[in-house]
Amino acid sequence: MKLTIIRPKKTLSLDDFREIWAYKELLYFFTWRDFKVRYKQTFIGILWAVFQPFMTMVVFSIFFGMLLKVPSDGVPYPIFVYTGLLFWQFFSSALSETSGVLISNQSIITKVYFPRLILPLSSVATKFVDFAIAAAILGGMMAYYGYTPELMSIVVLPILLVITFMAAVGGGLFLAAMNVKYRDVRFILPFFIQLLLFVTPVIYPASIAGKYSWILAFNPMMGVIQNARAVLLGTAPVNWVLIGISFAACAALLIIGTIYFKKVERYFADVI
Amino acid sequence: MRPIIEIKNVGKKYNITHQRGSYVALRDVLTGILKNPFRFAKYKVKQVAGFEKKEEFWALRCVNLEIEKGDIVGIIGHNGAGKSTLLKILTGITPPTEGEIIMRGRVASLLEVGTGFHPELTGRENIFLNGAILGMTKKELTRKFDEIVAFSGVEKFLDTPVKHYSSGMYVRLAFSVAAHMEPDILLVDEVLAVGDAEFQKKCLGKMEEVTNKEGRTILFVSHNMAAIQRLCPKTMWLEKGNVKMFGKTEEVVDRYLEDAKSRTTDASWMGRNAPGDDIAVLHSARIINEYHESIPLATANKKVGVEFSYEVLKPGHAPVPNIHIFTLRGETAFISHEELDEKLGTVGKHRATMWIPENLLNEGTYIAGIALSTMRPLKIHFYRQDALVFNVVEDIMHSRKMDFNQKIPGVVRPRLKWDHKKI
Repeated sequence: MKLTIIRPKKTLSLDDFREIWAYKELLYFFTWRDFKVRYKQTFIGILWAVFQPFMTMVVFSIFFGMLLKVPSDGVPYPIFVYTGLLFWQFFSSALSETSGVLISNQSIITKVYFPRLILPLSSVATKFVDFAIAAAILGGMMAYYGYTPELMSIVVLPILLVITFMAAVGGGLFLAAMNVKYRDVRFILPFFIQLLLFVTPVIYPASIAGKYSWILAFNPMMGVIQNARAVLLGTAPVNWVLIGISFAACAALLIIGTIYFKKVERYFADVI
Repeated sequence: MRPIIEIKNVGKKYNITHQRGSYVALRDVLTGILKNPFRFAKYKVKQVAGFEKKEEFWALRCVNLEIEKGDIVGIIGHNGAGKSTLLKILTGITPPTEGEIIMRGRVASLLEVGTGFHPELTGRENIFLNGAILGMTKKELTRKFDEIVAFSGVEKFLDTPVKHYSSGMYVRLAFSVAAHMEPDILLVDEVLAVGDAEFQKKCLGKMEEVTNKEGRTILFVSHNMAAIQRLCPKTMWLEKGNVKMFGKTEEVVDRYLEDAKSRTTDASWMGRNAPGDDIAVLHSARIINEYHESIPLATANKKVGVEFSYEVLKPGHAPVPNIHIFTLRGETAFISHEELDEKLGTVGKHRATMWIPENLLNEGTYIAGIALSTMRPLKIHFYRQDALVFNVVEDIMHSRKMDFNQKIPGVVRPRLKWDHKKI
């Protein structure tokens, strides 16, 4: 028989992960809901996932690539910027979605119990579906420009995705929990995400910073984008040190975010 | 056999914040620190050192209870007695501050019908989503899908987004999903307060059916004594966060109603306890006769006034006084509000009186809920659901009952105009 014991809440423990596993179906349903709702509301449906990064790529290519002549490590600018955008948009949309997820689901949070960690996880999962669709376009562009990914990408790309995932979830959990207490966080966030775009080598190569490019390495998304280009477009050899640093930084972010989230989780339902 | 639910010494503490109705903004906190760094530092030090006394409020304290398998237990109590808090702790929505609860079996809760319903999704999709949120598995839902649809009676609109549903259809679909859960322990809040009477009956019937057949344990929170008496053999009465009484429903409900009767026809509130917000606060309320004197009993054939005084603190709103009259069983007798008027919004003390005409209310005990709300945009400044309790008695000298010496049934007993012709 199932035994439920309720006690004053403690912080993170192994039970939390067991519980998330037990609720995996709900995780699936939340993801399914978000996806369904989003593509029902926009009439061009599934195309929207493609349209957004594609149009951004076109605009960036015209202004930064053609008019400003931003260097692109010897790769055609459209495919250069699209590779960066693909990962960047996965990160930024997952981050902003995650940070608002507790507020947008407050009617459920105050009425039903389930491990709250499910919500941020499901919003990242939704964004991952977008990512997969947008990635198909990259495949098409690579064929068009005649690029074949290096064999290494089978190993490197999943690692890069894991790093992006950890960065988005880690930061998102932290912001989501903060958002419950301070409701103006979500108004400030888009501004910071905008800023982050410009300090991440999405529209320009990291080499542009010259001898100061090591400063950019503090930004974990730089490691991701840099190495994605390396394996997909052959711009440089894979930088394992950078991957290692990014991985460690994002893992730390994820752990801190999760602990903070669990710490404030106990009063979500009372405050929201 | 060990009890299916054991509640041991459970307590829940809230910290009262003095800022009413608004959220903390990070911006304000930061500017606060920048403007006055020393005060902030002092406050933090005090808080860490434990000097700063936070105002605490125990919504529940030392609640102990054991519930056997198959029991259906009603939970009653006045507003703020801790009913909902207890339910929220049992469901796990909010953790207790102290104590422990052990539940043996699958737990499901129903604090609201249609939790997580999404207006853009179709009826079919919402059945799955809502079911999953309530804790049903996909397999279970697929198996029961036809049954759920049949019970709800919305087969025709299964593929229509629920935003196009009427509210009745919406509630029916939502309740059907909930009614098909198969937990060992079911926690129910006053969800039956929605939907039309016909459907409510159907739901109560369904609940009775499953409990009798399958030996389910149910905890049912309600204001509605009729529903409690019908469904629950046992009842717990919570008052001020404590269990005041637990036992057979008849006895508990009788004592509860008895207690409600002895409550006040004259009430006043002071300081922080006064209901209200930053726009208006309630000061006092009383039951009066036609000469504006406080009275302990109202007489059926004389007009009776419900009067309350409040203070408007801020201009720019038009708060309208309104009064809700309930029977002891929790049914609404009627609601009345003052007509909108310019003077309502003026800053200062106000006194509003609602006159209930003679020969309207039947004999019995009534509860007056007192409220002040701005209608557009809707904002409730205060609402004290059980502000006053008063008894209406028959004046024996002028009784209309003649020789009929039992209570005439009905919430109201108006003197109406009759036409009569001999034909």
